[in-house]
Amino acid sequence: MPRIRSVAVLAALASVALLWSLRSHASEPQSAAGASAVTIDNFTFAPNVLTVKTGTRITWTNRDDIPHTVVGDNQEFKSKPLDTDGTFSFTPTKPGAYSYFCSLHPKMTGKVVVEQ
Amino acid sequence: MSRTRDDERLPHAQHDGVDRRGFLKCMAWAGTGALCVLQAGILKSYSLSDPDAFKGHKKGDLSFVQISDSHMGFNKPANPDVISTFQTAIARINALPTPAEFILHTGDISHLSKQEEFDNIQQLLGAAKPKDVFFVPGEHDVLEDDGKPYRERFARNSEGAGWYSFDKKGVHFIGLVNVMNLKAGGLGNLGREQLEWLEEDTRSLSKSTPIIVFAHIPLWSVYPEWGWGTDDSAQALSYLKRFGSVTVLNGHIHQVMQKVEGNVTFHTAASTAFPQPQPGSAPSPGSMTVPADQLRHLLGITDVNFKHGKHPLAVIDSTLE
Repeated sequence: MPRIRSVAVLAALASVALLWSLRSHASEPQSAAGASAVTIDNFTFAPNVLTVKTGTRITWTNRDDIPHTVVGDNQEFKSKPLDTDGTFSFTPTKPGAYSYFCSLHPKMTGKVVVEQ
Repeated sequence: MSRTRDDERLPHAQHDGVDRRGFLKCMAWAGTGALCVLQAGILKSYSLSDPDAFKGHKKGDLSFVQISDSHMGFNKPANPDVISTFQTAIARINALPTPAEFILHTGDISHLSKQEEFDNIQQLLGAAKPKDVFFVPGEHDVLEDDGKPYRERFARNSEGAGWYSFDKKGVHFIGLVNVMNLKAGGLGNLGREQLEWLEEDTRSLSKSTPIIVFAHIPLWSVYPEWGWGTDDSAQALSYLKRFGSVTVLNGHIHQVMQKVEGNVTFHTAASTAFPQPQPGSAPSPGSMTVPADQLRHLLGITDVNFKHGKHPLAVIDSTLE
């Protein structure tokens, strides 16, 4: 019996620890250190639709051997041409949906959804 | 789209006299060098590897060369030495049996619009026998300052974003720019201002004037899924409908393709730098890395011969090796 009880206590402790870690993880994007990544491979932005919290720093990395750009449809953000391994970062401060594209290869499109 | 792609790209047998089999034969030879002669609307093709068939080709009144997609500054595995392959292209031009009178460069001179990349191409072109070179920009040439550095070097006497026209031996050449102000989700773009200029530029020409249009992105729908086409090209071509002979020369897709539609022959040139995959044959239109000993077989130059009269036009694509 005591053995079973201690197992139950341990399990309870573990679930509290798990809940705590989940909570802290969930609140992470809202902190200043929050960051999210989009990669460019084969003329494609991935993830194609990225959902982040306001204030998250988003970094695009071009892994193609052809340069690309990252340009908001309404010019909310605009990168310089990114050569291979080139990066561009943008931190949205307002909630909303931001569609963007590569101005060199406009068939390449993506979207960032920013939540409160 | 892919369902009808072949039909779109292939000429219709009834109105231009080119059958599907003949067209494909010409396509297949392009990789090793083919001579395509357009005579009174009929495309004839001869393989360069068959000298007997080739003998029938007569010298034209005007000979020039098209080169494209040199991507100075590119140094990735698909071609770590774009200078060397460009030098080979120049050597090819200098060795042509009928000397070329000038060179057309259909864009992507540079990879990143850098001054040293532009410097390189100008120095390398100094070794070419033809001294006149006419450029149109690719999207890689207008990355800085809305293309101003490109225009200052390569299109001094041009209008708008860099379009212009000129005449050589009775042939009217029109250089168009379709790489500026591209819209999200769209294709190449000429824009209203340029279309108005084109209408005006061609208005007073007689319909018997042979027209050669050159621009970077294809002015025909090669493969819209990869952006290989121009949104408002139909409008541009509508101004050229009344002319008996129209040839459209493009680059951008780093491979040879041809299509005849009514009075218009469309042609894309190979790159001097690196090949790209055939439409839909790869996940993306990126560079294609091939074994080093095969690279020069996929790069090349285009030699165009024009003869007055029945408007025969010969387009010869030859590879660098």
